[in-house]
Amino acid sequence: MESDDEINSFHTSDDEGMDDPDSDLSNGEDSDVEDELEEYDGDDVGFESQEKIGKQQKKPYEVDFKVYSPEDIQRAQQRTVDEVKGVLQQSPEATAILLRSFRWNRDKLIDAYMERREAVLEQAGLGDEASSGAKIMTVPGFCCEICWDDSPEMQTFAMKCGHRFCVDCYKRYLTTKIKEEGEASRIRCPGDDCSRVVDSKSIDLLVSEDAHDRYLELLTRTYVDDLENLKWCPAPNCVYAVDCKIKPRDLPRIVPTVHCDCSHEFCFGCTLNDHQPAPCMLVRKWLKKCEDDSETANWISANTKECPRCHSTIEKNGGCNHMTCRKCRHEFCWMCMGVWSEHGTSWYNCNRYEERSGAEARDAQAKSRQSLERYLHYYNRYANHEQSAKLDKDIYIKTEKKMTQLQTTAGMSWIEVQFLEAASQALQQCRQTLKWTYAFAFYLARNNQTEIFEDNQKDLEFAVENLSEMFEKPVDQLAGLKVDMMDKTSYCNRRRIILLSDTAENLKNGNWEFNVDFDTPR
Amino acid sequence: MAKRIVKELTDCTQAPPTGMKIHLLDEQDIHQWEVVMDGPDGSAYAGGHFKLRVTLPEDYPFKPPVLNFTTKIYHPNVSNDGKGSMCLGMLRSDEWKPPNKIAAVLAMARNLLLEPNTEDAIETTIADQYKSDRKAFEATAKEWTKKYASGK
Repeated sequence: MESDDEINSFHTSDDEGMDDPDSDLSNGEDSDVEDELEEYDGDDVGFESQEKIGKQQKKPYEVDFKVYSPEDIQRAQQRTVDEVKGVLQQSPEATAILLRSFRWNRDKLIDAYMERREAVLEQAGLGDEASSGAKIMTVPGFCCEICWDDSPEMQTFAMKCGHRFCVDCYKRYLTTKIKEEGEASRIRCPGDDCSRVVDSKSIDLLVSEDAHDRYLELLTRTYVDDLENLKWCPAPNCVYAVDCKIKPRDLPRIVPTVHCDCSHEFCFGCTLNDHQPAPCMLVRKWLKKCEDDSETANWISANTKECPRCHSTIEKNGGCNHMTCRKCRHEFCWMCMGVWSEHGTSWYNCNRYEERSGAEARDAQAKSRQSLERYLHYYNRYANHEQSAKLDKDIYIKTEKKMTQLQTTAGMSWIEVQFLEAASQALQQCRQTLKWTYAFAFYLARNNQTEIFEDNQKDLEFAVENLSEMFEKPVDQLAGLKVDMMDKTSYCNRRRIILLSDTAENLKNGNWEFNVDFDTPR
Repeated sequence: MAKRIVKELTDCTQAPPTGMKIHLLDEQDIHQWEVVMDGPDGSAYAGGHFKLRVTLPEDYPFKPPVLNFTTKIYHPNVSNDGKGSMCLGMLRSDEWKPPNKIAAVLAMARNLLLEPNTEDAIETTIADQYKSDRKAFEATAKEWTKKYASGK
């Protein structure tokens, strides 16, 4: 386990190793995996698929995506406008308005434009051209219908629709729309009943620089919102958008986790934080269930029993064991759950636990409680990993401190203490995955695949707890544990890859059976 | 924008819209108008005098005015919550255009008294009653008119 291979694979997995032929996965036939096989026999299914992946470079749970900056997005818009404007014989500004009204579907726009030009222009807010060209000018005898000013030298503006107002009012109108109402692509001419859309050239001409910047930002936003293959990174203050070809209809078969340049990992399908291996529909259902159930369910389970006859939930808040159900008037013993009339004289002390009527009632109760207990089993594990994941920030800060401490006390170089950072990252990532394996398992119906899944889950959990424990050791011991920690980190990462690869492949091939219906996207 | 508001106020006081009297609530503040609207003949509100408040926001006319009935009125489009808010399509910020005038808003409000818009109601129970049981609606509307809007 302490071979060079091991350390090598650890380093490459750190920088994703996706295109690197020497990455950890392509080592599939190497000695270190055989070591693994000896040590963890019975996992050959996982390793078999691992070999296959090595040859494909991309792991089964990874999707293709690109990250774009706001500048990239603006350039992409510009490029589309440039390509289309020649075909339509329109100005770049009008072309942009037309493209927006067709949600940037250029083929649809061009077809429609060729077929019914007037209607398309009208619908996009480019119809009714009363005058030529939009420009600022003075008009003798003009009175602005907004401010009622009629000073002779007043500058006025109108677009091609001819609705003319003084420049100050026009400017203020546009600025209010942009800065206060967050409008950009649908700002209409201020003229009463005019639906002409204000083009970017007019905006350029009239508004201040900061309003103009905001305008461009808003346009970029609508561009991303309009395109199915683009989504904003949901991280606070992140300005990037991600391009991914996964469609909503693909979501029952794939969990498209993407990695933004700001380092945030999120699901392209639902934009929640990475939730592999659980598919989006399952995540939505699970979160809803947790929201509805968790607190109440815990309390009910701990403090109540059900009436053996009508299954009403009953809280016993003191008094004797002779219970009378408020709802169905059934009389029973709280201790043994048996019918009270069979109870004889043991009023305050039930010693009839083994009697038949009581046993049957307890049985029925157990069954109905089972589903609740089952939920709590998965929920508690889910919540535990979530809790640990919330402590990740603390761990990370602590790690940084430990790293500097190690550099001074043990005389280690910066590069030599990086193993702690790698361990911390592995822990965070693995816990995130583990958390969702429990939601996944809750909805999983048993079949041939479930056992492998549970083994993978168990192995990953074991590996994570092992590493986590080591991570808590005092700083002076950490230097000595370096090699061991690196081994364990690398092992955690590999177990995670195995688990995710297995779940993703089975999801893709429709091998999982769920105990609820998910196959209807949205 | 004082010039614009003064112009509108002058027009409204010199040639008031049908069935309305308009004045400033406070002579010093041109942003608060009070309107007394007569219930239109042929409606359940006939004979009533309804007080309305028109509030012009700081950046009027770039932002739409706000309309409130200060007299209680039984109507699907006026909120029955003590605020008397009236929901008019043209008063939504994405519909409002700066050249639109208060007189036009008031004319629309009066028109709404003649023909309630049940598709766009604030008080949905009143709207349902208007659609399903017109008689009962008119009875209550008349009763409220008598009770709250008959004085000056």
